[in-house]
Amino acid sequence: MLLASPGQLVSVSALAADPMVSLMAQEAQAYQVNNGQAETLYLLDADLILAGTYSSQATVDMLRRLGMRVETIAPANSVAEIRSLIIQMGALLGTKDRADQVLARFDADLARLPAGDTTPLAATYEPNGYTTGRHTLAGDVMRLAGYALLTDRLGMDHGGTLPLEQLVMGHPDLIISGSRYDRSTRSEEILTHPVLAALQTRRTNVPDRDWICGLPHIARLAAELSAQR
Amino acid sequence: MKPALIPALFLLCALLFVLSLLIGPADVGGGDSLMALFRDDGPLTLVMREIRLPRSVLAVMVGASLGLAGAAIQGFLRNPLAEPGLIGVSGSAALGAVLALQTGLAASFVLALPLMALAGALVSVGLILVLAGPGGQSFGLILAGIAISALAGALTSLVLNLSPNPYAANEIMFWMMGSLADRSWLHVAIAAPVMAIGWMALAGTGHGLDALTLGEDAAASLGIALPRLRLRMIFGVAATVGAVTAVAGAIGFVGLVVPHLLRRAVGAQPSRLLPASALGGAAMILAADIAVRLVLPSRDLKLGVLTALVGAPVFLHLIWRERTKT
Repeated sequence: MLLASPGQLVSVSALAADPMVSLMAQEAQAYQVNNGQAETLYLLDADLILAGTYSSQATVDMLRRLGMRVETIAPANSVAEIRSLIIQMGALLGTKDRADQVLARFDADLARLPAGDTTPLAATYEPNGYTTGRHTLAGDVMRLAGYALLTDRLGMDHGGTLPLEQLVMGHPDLIISGSRYDRSTRSEEILTHPVLAALQTRRTNVPDRDWICGLPHIARLAAELSAQR
Repeated sequence: MKPALIPALFLLCALLFVLSLLIGPADVGGGDSLMALFRDDGPLTLVMREIRLPRSVLAVMVGASLGLAGAAIQGFLRNPLAEPGLIGVSGSAALGAVLALQTGLAASFVLALPLMALAGALVSVGLILVLAGPGGQSFGLILAGIAISALAGALTSLVLNLSPNPYAANEIMFWMMGSLADRSWLHVAIAAPVMAIGWMALAGTGHGLDALTLGEDAAASLGIALPRLRLRMIFGVAATVGAVTAVAGAIGFVGLVVPHLLRRAVGAQPSRLLPASALGGAAMILAADIAVRLVLPSRDLKLGVLTALVGAPVFLHLIWRERTKT
C-alpha cells in the first residue's frame, strides 16, 4: 500500500484490514479484502501475488500450479531488514523511485533518534509470559530507542517464554506489553499478576500492530519509546 | 486404623509444601529463598511471597478439595470407580468457568468465575446421580460420566474457538488438564470462599456415609435422611470441584487414586477416609506440582497429565478387579 502506484494494488489480505494487527487498516478499506484462500486469489486475476513466508504453503503451491506469479516475502526482524524490504518491494512493483523516497525519509527519521547517556533495562512481556529478544523487530527497535534488553542478560536472543519469576528477579526499569483483547483469558492474566504491581516497574503498552510488521512507521515508535526513557 | 496415619500425612504435606516453595525458574539457593519469605529482600521476596507461596497454598487447597470430593462421592455411591474428573464434574465446571470468562461476567463480578464453575459442576453431579441410579452401578456411572465429559469438553472447545480473543483457543489444554503456573493470591481469594463452603458441606457427611455402607435401608433405619445427605453431597462436591476447576483447570484422577491408596489404612470407614483423603490429595497435588516444575521447567507441563499417568493404571486395575469379582 505504501509503495504501489495508484490502481496497481487490487486486493489486500484480511489481516491488513484488521485494525488490531495492521497499522494501515484505514488505508486497506480502499481495497478489496481477500480471505487468503486460493480460490479467491485466483479469481482476482492479478499479475503478481505477494505472500508471506508464513502463508499456507498449500495455497502458494496451488496458485503457482494455476500459473499465477507468487512471490514470498520474509517478514522483517530488524530495522536493516525493513530497509532491504523496501528496496525489494520497489523492485517487484516497478516503483523504485517511490521506494527510494520512502527509504530516504526512513533513514532521516532514524538519524534523528537521540543518543541517550543512560541505557535503562527493558523487557517486553506478552500473554503466556512471551518476551522478545534482540533478533526480533521489537528487540531491535528497543535497542534503537536506547534500551538494554533483559533478554540479552538471560541469553534469550530470539525471545521465548520468560517465567514470571525470572522477570521479577531481572527487575527491568520498563516492561512493555501489547494490545489487550476483549474477553479475558488465562494467558493474559499473567500481565495483571499482582507481583508486577508490587515490583513498581514502569509499564507501557505498545499495540501489537505497531511492531508486528516491518514498516517505516517503526522510526516513530522508536522515537516515542526513546522519549519515555 | 493406624493412629499415626493423619499426623504422618500432615507431616508429608508440610514437607512437600516447603519443598514446593524451593522450586522455581529463578535460580536461588533454598536457604536464601526461605529467608526472603520473612524479611524484605527486594525482588526475591516478591518472587517468594507473590509467586511461589500462593502457588503452594493453592496446591494444598486444590489437592485437599479433590481428595475430599473423591472420597465423599465414592462413599455415597459405594463405588471405588467414582471420581469427579472421570464422571464429568470437572469438565462441566470448566465449561461454566469458560462461559463466565467469555461472556465477560467474570470481569464484572470477581466471584462469578467460581460460582459459574459451581453451577456447571452442579448440573453434572445432579445428572450423574440421576443417571447412575440409587446403587451407583459402575456401568451406568461410567457411561453417564463419559457422555457428560465428552459433551462438556466439546462445548468448552466450541466456546473457546468462537472467542474473539486470539489467546482463548490455546487454553483448551489448560481447562482440560489443569495447571497452577503463575497463579496469584487473587486466585486463592476467589476460590477459598466457595471451596470452604464445599468442605463444610462434605465434612458433615461422614456419619451418614458410614451408615450407608450397611445399605440404604439400614441407613434409613439408623435415622439417616437420605435425600438430605444426597443434596449435601451434590452441593459439596460441586462447590469443591467447581472452585478447584475455576482457578486450576480440570485435574483428574486425584479423587480416585488417593482414596484407593488410603482406604485400607482407615479400615474402609468413610468418615475416617474423608480427612485422610483430603490430606492425601493435598500431598499428591503438591508432589505433582513439584514434578511438573522439575521434569520440564520451561514448558508448563500440565498437572492433569501427571495425575492421569498415575491414575489411569489404578483406574484400569480397579475395573479389572471389578470384572473378575463378578
